[in-house]
Amino acid sequence: MTPAEYYQRDPGRHPPALTPGYKTSVARSPRFAPISLEQSVSEITGPVFGHGDLGPMDHDLIKNYAKTGDPVGERIIVHGRVLDENARPVPNTLVEIWQANAGGRYRHKKDTYLAPIDPNFGGCGRTITDAQGYYFFRTVKPGAYPWRNMVNNWRPAHIHISVFGASFSQRLITQLYFEGDPLIPLCPIVQTIPDPDAIDALVARLDMNASIPLDAIAYHFDIVLRGRRSTLFENRLEGN
Amino acid sequence: MQKLPYLHETPSQTAGPYVHIGLAPGAAGFDIYERELGHDIAGPHAKGERIRIEGVVRDGTGSPVKDVLIEAWQANAAGHYAHPEGGGAVEDGFRGWGRVITDFDSGAWAFDTVKPGPVPGRNGKIQAPHITLWLVARGINLGLTTRLYFDDETAANASDPVLNLIEWERRRPTLIARRVAGEGTPLYRFDMRLQGEDETVFFEI
Repeated sequence: MTPAEYYQRDPGRHPPALTPGYKTSVARSPRFAPISLEQSVSEITGPVFGHGDLGPMDHDLIKNYAKTGDPVGERIIVHGRVLDENARPVPNTLVEIWQANAGGRYRHKKDTYLAPIDPNFGGCGRTITDAQGYYFFRTVKPGAYPWRNMVNNWRPAHIHISVFGASFSQRLITQLYFEGDPLIPLCPIVQTIPDPDAIDALVARLDMNASIPLDAIAYHFDIVLRGRRSTLFENRLEGN
Repeated sequence: MQKLPYLHETPSQTAGPYVHIGLAPGAAGFDIYERELGHDIAGPHAKGERIRIEGVVRDGTGSPVKDVLIEAWQANAAGHYAHPEGGGAVEDGFRGWGRVITDFDSGAWAFDTVKPGPVPGRNGKIQAPHITLWLVARGINLGLTTRLYFDDETAANASDPVLNLIEWERRRPTLIARRVAGEGTPLYRFDMRLQGEDETVFFEI
């Protein structure tokens, strides 16, 4: 049987492999074009995760590494839905995030930035979307930080997001930015994306309605994964 | 004019140098989750030949990419993926998915699994045993997908529809892991090259 395929990626929405403004890409980008595959069972399948894989606090970065108290920083909620290009929710899919602390420092043995580690902040979380594709994290807003590209490049505040979807062809890693951050247009990594409208899709919106008064402010961020074709079965379109 | 009702896929961004914090915090240097995901690809009950695969990913200068993170996706020995559309049942505990971390000093990586069986291809063809690999790292803007095949599957590889799709025959060996002679668990060597001489074939899937 030939399985129903996922829509091909739109190269105009993704960064190309070679983006000289982001210097590290120069030696790490293939020079040959990738070979396009018509999908088989190897591409339309992918790992399945369940709640048994996770701990109860995994989605709460304020509490999941707290030792002596809560981490320092602006308390925020990041929430939204994982959808596909057909605007249908992607339920029961694993969403993982990681980020710097409020001072812009990562808890990673290779990060040597002078801002301090926060003893109460690990910087990673994970959750599984519900039946409507909804996900929710609580964390602190990450700080901006300098990085070695040109000598005075700064990353805008961002959260890294990894999503699986229902198949390996939907697998995606991206970064969430925050509405109003003046560093977004200056960032060489953001600017690897050629289409300003696509960059906008990575900017989380302030969401006052989802904020918790006197506690945490909310940002809304929807994630869209590749959509899937309908299966042609006899004369009837299935899956719609 | 009417608008089509589709949404646009969220654009990719690099996983960056600190990807381990999110996907493998133990490798980043701290312990947070009760259970990290992706350490055990095959599980204890999987049938078939237990194998080990090792390699290094190199960049365009030939230097090891020490901070790459690789995800592996494969069928079991019967050619079934652990997925509702995966073709059939798998052994209890077989996930067929794993995360592979490098040694940060050398860039060397290795993982243990079972050798996958052949799986159906399109239009009634059979695909040779293979493992799909997905590479993310600092400097990689969109995860790179490739396939690992096995050099002791000569006949199956020769008729594999994906290997045969690669017009440049001299690039096909970049996808073939070499069995290393020795005692104990069978070992395969699979080095990848992001750019330059013998650049690995990558796929748009």
